Amino acid sequence: MKLRKYALAVSLAAMGLSFTLTAPVHAQAKGKQAQEQFFPVLVYRTGAYAPNGTPWANGFVDYIKLVNAKGGINGVTATFEECETGYATDRSVECYERLKNKGGGATAFQSLSTGATFALTEKAPVDKIPLITAGYGRSESANGAVFTWNFPLLGTYWVGADVLIQHLAKKEGGFDKLKGKKIALVYHDSPYGKEPIALLQERAKMHGFDLSLLPVAHPGVEQKATWLQVRQNRPDYVLLWGWGVMNSTALREAQATGYPREKMYGIWWAGAEPDVKDVGEAAKGYNALTLQHGVELNAKVTKDVLALVHGKGQGTGPKDEVGSVLYMRGLISAMLGIEGVKQAQERYGKGKTMTGEQVRWGLENLDLTQQKLDGLGFAGVMRPVSTSCLDHMGSSWVRVHTWNGSKWEFSSDWYQADEKIIRPMVMHASLKYAEEKKITPRTPEQCKQ
Amino acid sequence: MIYRENGQFKTSYAADQQIFPILQDRWAILGILVFAFVAVPLLADEYLFRAILIPFLILSLAALGVNLLVGYCGQITLGAGAFMAVGAYAAYNFFVRVDDMPLLAALLLGGATSAAVGVVFGVPSLRVRGLYLAVATLAAQFFWDWAFLRIKWFTNDSSSGSVSVSNLSAFGWDLESPTDVYLFCLLILVVFALLAKNMTRGAIGRQWMAIRDMDVAAEVIGIRPMYAKLSAFAVSSFFLGVAGGLWGFVHLGAWEPAAFSLDRSFQLLFMVIIGGLGSIMGSFFGAAFIVILPIFLNQMLPWLGDLVGVSISTAGVSHAEIMIFGALIVFFLIVEPHGIARLWSTAKEKLRLWPFPH
Repeated sequence: MKLRKYALAVSLAAMGLSFTLTAPVHAQAKGKQAQEQFFPVLVYRTGAYAPNGTPWANGFVDYIKLVNAKGGINGVTATFEECETGYATDRSVECYERLKNKGGGATAFQSLSTGATFALTEKAPVDKIPLITAGYGRSESANGAVFTWNFPLLGTYWVGADVLIQHLAKKEGGFDKLKGKKIALVYHDSPYGKEPIALLQERAKMHGFDLSLLPVAHPGVEQKATWLQVRQNRPDYVLLWGWGVMNSTALREAQATGYPREKMYGIWWAGAEPDVKDVGEAAKGYNALTLQHGVELNAKVTKDVLALVHGKGQGTGPKDEVGSVLYMRGLISAMLGIEGVKQAQERYGKGKTMTGEQVRWGLENLDLTQQKLDGLGFAGVMRPVSTSCLDHMGSSWVRVHTWNGSKWEFSSDWYQADEKIIRPMVMHASLKYAEEKKITPRTPEQCKQ
Repeated sequence: MIYRENGQFKTSYAADQQIFPILQDRWAILGILVFAFVAVPLLADEYLFRAILIPFLILSLAALGVNLLVGYCGQITLGAGAFMAVGAYAAYNFFVRVDDMPLLAALLLGGATSAAVGVVFGVPSLRVRGLYLAVATLAAQFFWDWAFLRIKWFTNDSSSGSVSVSNLSAFGWDLESPTDVYLFCLLILVVFALLAKNMTRGAIGRQWMAIRDMDVAAEVIGIRPMYAKLSAFAVSSFFLGVAGGLWGFVHLGAWEPAAFSLDRSFQLLFMVIIGGLGSIMGSFFGAAFIVILPIFLNQMLPWLGDLVGVSISTAGVSHAEIMIFGALIVFFLIVEPHGIARLWSTAKEKLRLWPFPH
């Protein structure tokens, strides 16, 4: 056993050594630039959720490549390394530990799973690395005074739930029309699926609609009982908080039950091509949210990726995937990280490598105006994002898109979540967290630093 | 030549009954302990601690618990993950609901709760055996998965069902740096391993083994099956509960029931089967195999690819990792169905005759 341990320690040490030795060599060979900014990429290209994880990862990596093709972040080359998590929390933690000190220190982590977000939320402040959870993660982390290192940019599940109710109200012709309506939430039985419940209950109280909660066990292929309940109760609307294979199963069950797909609304994880492609015609009319992403085949950034990345044979995934829903999501996620670095450079010196702490400042003072976004090629894709100490979310613009049987099409105008409802909930939950953790929320003065 | 016990005479009962009767073994164990307590903290870096050694220690503890039940008492369980979850959530509740609850006390109380739960779910073992029992213990897994997801009280009314702890310290010892956490886990593991070893050597362990080998015969010679089986469930669940607490508290920091899913139960069962059923040492081997090997493969494959000038995609590495890992499991089970621990003892036998085997 002793020998084994030695052998193991030695081989691991040798491995670590060889990595640290080879990594810079590679980078020099590639970049020929002194300054580098390292982006760790946690992905799941394998496992039950791979169909959704892969386009996200491809989009993310392609954007980093695009930035480098355009000359880097003010001249700083963006480097990256992928680490496969398989959507498992413990592997995510392992990846986090593996990548956090690589390449001169990780810029920011994007945990990409609610379970991993919870675990990394505890680790990021210790290591001083920001945690970007664009569109997912813990909703209460929007309060940056408590969650100094978390950035749920572009909205949270509460934003999603809130907008869904607004959209339904609009369809019905006013919030007062929601009274007595039956709305069912079919959700993945995990912290991810349970996030929206608090907000929906709040809205149900306000408008007097009847909310029924129908959990589906992981991974979500067994939904007969759930849809039997739907058949019995005949809810007016079904909200789908599904993930991966659960979404296509839900759509098939809806078809079998005879529940109209037009009355089904999914969160953004439940509204991409992999979820509906196999169901095809049967999913026609199904709606889902987009948090500033969506099919964007004609956007400038999409064309740039095709020209500068795929055109040079550098593309990560298949070419026809570029511009698809989750691909764009990954792309936007990468853009947010890069823009955080850019913002940090404004203060700490252009053309320099930023540390995690500096990037945190950058993300907290992010100000992506429409003009800047247009310049980046996101004209028509995104709306402005501006963060502050108290608001780590930056924006809550949401659109609804609908599957027409062969592709996703936007079917609503832009919505914004109702701050009057979300803000008190965020404050309440984040202060409870602060109390449990004995964190003193930052004062406005501390925020300015 | 080096490994011979010739000339080592035992002159007292105490000497005859000690855990490691051979002098060389004692030195080896001492060497390993010194290495683990002194050399590793000096040598290892943060990644090695946080990503490899700490999970290895905690899952070794869990594997020990499963081995006591499956390997020593012969009761197959698929509910190991559930007992870890009970330990973790119970420790969490003690920790946040009671003011100034010390960490160690919370962990041990979590273990005790898990032991009580283990006894309850061990009751079917009095009637059903083998595969049927495995299915019965699955009930524990599903029940607790369900309970921690549904019953809000367990998670201190957290809106999403996920809980977290921080600012850990034991006896004024802040568990912040990876070295401290490692030493804390190591200390607990050493104490528990010693306990396990002694239990299996004592009366209770002999009862378990008698039940495992033939329960009717054991009953005939006066062993109470109920007591033996339920005590095995209790002790095993206690170990698992403490391991679960450590997993949640010091390794993950924040967790959801999925951290202790059915996959975890399978993983633990594989650990003891591959490591060696009915062997304390085997639990460590099994844990090392299951925890370290995949990570090792995952990092080595791209590196190997670089050596020969091939870049392997992330997905490719991951698939290869799973395939190689699976192939190795099959290989070990064919070459040595009694687990890596048996390979180890065969090696010791050979070493004894070396260099002049007859």
